Amino acid sequence: MLSIKNLQAQVEDKQILKGLNLEIKAGEVHAIMGPNGSGKSTLSQVLAGNEAFEVTGGSVRYQDQDLLEMSTEDRAREGLFLAFQYPVEIPGVSNLQFLKTAINNIRQHRGEGEINAAEFMKLAKEKIKQVNLNPSFLKRGVNEGFSGGEKKRNEIMQMLMLEPKLAILDETDSGLDIDALRVVADGVNALRSPERAVIMVTHYQRLLDYIVPDYVHVLSQGRIIKSGGKELALELEEKGYGWLGIDEQAEA
Amino acid sequence: MSESDKAVKELIKREYEHGFVTEIESETFEPGLNEDVIRRLSAKKKEPEWMLEWRLKAYHQWLEMEEPEWAHVNFPKIDYNSIAYYSAPKSKDDAPKSLDEVDPELLKTYEKLGIPLHERARLAGVAVDAVFDSVSITTTFKEKLTEAGVIFCPISEAVHKHPELIKKYIGSVVPQKDNFFAALNSAVFSDGSFVYIPKGVRCPLELSTYFRINEANTGQFERTLIVAEEGSHVSYLEGCTAPMRDENQLHAAVVELVALDDAEIKYSTVQNWYPGDEEGKGGIYNFVTKRGACIGKNSKISWTQVETGSAITWKYPSCVLRGENSVGEFYSVALTNNFQQADTGTKMIHLGKNTRSTIISKGISAGKSNSSYRGLVRIGPGAENARNYTQCDSLLIGDKCGAHTFPYIENKNKSAIVEHEATTSKVSDDQLFLCQQRGIDAEHAVSMIVNGFCKEVFKELPMEFAVEATKLLEVSLEGSVG
Ligand SMILES: Nc1ncnc2c1ncn2[C@@H]1O[C@H](COP(=O)(O)OP(=O)(O)O)[C@@H](O)[C@H]1O
Ligand SMILES: [Mg+2]
Repeated sequence: MLSIKNLQAQVEDKQILKGLNLEIKAGEVHAIMGPNGSGKSTLSQVLAGNEAFEVTGGSVRYQDQDLLEMSTEDRAREGLFLAFQYPVEIPGVSNLQFLKTAINNIRQHRGEGEINAAEFMKLAKEKIKQVNLNPSFLKRGVNEGFSGGEKKRNEIMQMLMLEPKLAILDETDSGLDIDALRVVADGVNALRSPERAVIMVTHYQRLLDYIVPDYVHVLSQGRIIKSGGKELALELEEKGYGWLGIDEQAEA
Repeated sequence: MSESDKAVKELIKREYEHGFVTEIESETFEPGLNEDVIRRLSAKKKEPEWMLEWRLKAYHQWLEMEEPEWAHVNFPKIDYNSIAYYSAPKSKDDAPKSLDEVDPELLKTYEKLGIPLHERARLAGVAVDAVFDSVSITTTFKEKLTEAGVIFCPISEAVHKHPELIKKYIGSVVPQKDNFFAALNSAVFSDGSFVYIPKGVRCPLELSTYFRINEANTGQFERTLIVAEEGSHVSYLEGCTAPMRDENQLHAAVVELVALDDAEIKYSTVQNWYPGDEEGKGGIYNFVTKRGACIGKNSKISWTQVETGSAITWKYPSCVLRGENSVGEFYSVALTNNFQQADTGTKMIHLGKNTRSTIISKGISAGKSNSSYRGLVRIGPGAENARNYTQCDSLLIGDKCGAHTFPYIENKNKSAIVEHEATTSKVSDDQLFLCQQRGIDAEHAVSMIVNGFCKEVFKELPMEFAVEATKLLEVSLEGSVG
């Protein structure tokens, strides 16, 4: 589904990804761990198409297409979803309107007509419940005045609505209490299927108690320096990054 | 290039949707302004002597006045002698009695503008007094209005049929010498609407007028007068579009509203005159004086405007709150793009006790445009317990545009409370990226964000106007993306 080869990227003339390789097949859940500043968010943003990050080398194939050639919105329309580490607010644009516009844009891309209003409302109410947010959040501006935890739940809500093929979660677990963590985990587990893949970027192994990954990768200084099964996360938890020869201070 | 830069690039490539010219034979005065022109204009309209005198008085006052220079706008000096002050479709003398008699070319123009007159009027239950250039062509739903005792007719007609009302109220809110442009309008006003709602009547229809500038070099000087008697209620809609033109066209309208005891007037405007091309060439100069007088106690005047057109806008719909407990409201969306300049705002003059006013202003600037909010809240010594709330928000799209806020507060009464809030925000790259990441392209995203920003004002618009306004903002922000 996703094949990243020797990916290099920079932001403001600073090289951050320095030759990253990663293969992801449909049905798999991959966890990407690594200290702060190692390039996890950069990888997520580059895959999603944020033009603030410049790709300077390598290639990415997504569902037999050249991902790097696709526009940001087309990547999204083709099923790539990013749950942001720091979701921004869009005051005045309600969650409902935002989602409806998104869904209709995606449907148009697929040559489908606009979603039926009643059907959409039903879906939205169902999904907002699933992430344990009050339905009143549907009418509020996108992330407008939401707490940190509410923003993260809202990201998961959007993911459930859009049903992506490849979901990238950038530290969605950070700063969450155990209830919210469960909501995130349940959301991801609900999405898990043989046709879909998930990349979970996380700083802690905590989330992995709830979402059991097929693979765990350790990112350091813009490269994946170690890959393994779910037991690698536990090992990291126990021994810290130092065990892999990573100097956490040096990363950021 | 950042996302918002790109979006702006696309935005400023838009073309004016309503840019076309209708070919209709019309009778137009040669350019120039002097006493003789005013006499001929008045004679054309077969006006009574008192009307001519009134115009001439305004003309002589105008000659003594200077163009205002304090607005935050720049434009080349206007040569008032290069403007023609009268233009009428040929068919004027035998004016059509129904749409069937109307010049088909004209009907086609309405068609192109998306105003299928009869259709729209019938479906939406709106009476339309369509002003084509300077002479009103047709008025629909007259009967229904007549039944309710409502007068809704061209002001030129009212001069003949209701001279006592015109004499009493014209210039009573905006005196002839109020300002340079009002004086000019008073001297040469072409036509416009007159509305009179009798005591206790709730106007059964939303009154709507579509204006359109069509003759090259023809200044348009509309004059509108609305009088709401005790306990009456009326909602008036004004909207306009104009064809593509190279020369700058001057528009200096005057709108006067009078609300007596317990009366309410709601005046909504969607303004979409030709703003000029991508280089800032052409476009309408829109210098308007709009003022409402809440004379009666418990009266209310509410201005709602969506301004997207014109090269230059200079406009401050105002309320004079004289009656006790009277209420003034101003809800405004002003969008500028390319080289457009807008200096708009309101004045709330509190004179009576317990008077209240609300100002919600939303300014959106894109391209290289500049928009300014200029607002005055004046509390007179007798305005016990007056209240004002002002909220003034600016949204910038791209980094070559500007937004400025000039709030003036003059409070002469200690018991009054005046509140002012202002914010400036930018459509950020992060917001656009979030939208795009969810499958929404940048152009859609910008228009969605802008609409969200304007929500508080849009909800004040009558339903069908709100839809139109949303569409208008979309068109105004649209690029030729494809
Ligand atoms: N917009 C930016 N401008 C400058 N430097 C940045 C920007 N974004 C990230 N960086 C830098 O890139 C490196 C990697 O950051 P990031 O990908 O956010 O790491 P992680 O998500 O693993 O904590 C850090 O050194 C960070 O300071
Ligand atoms: Mg990060």
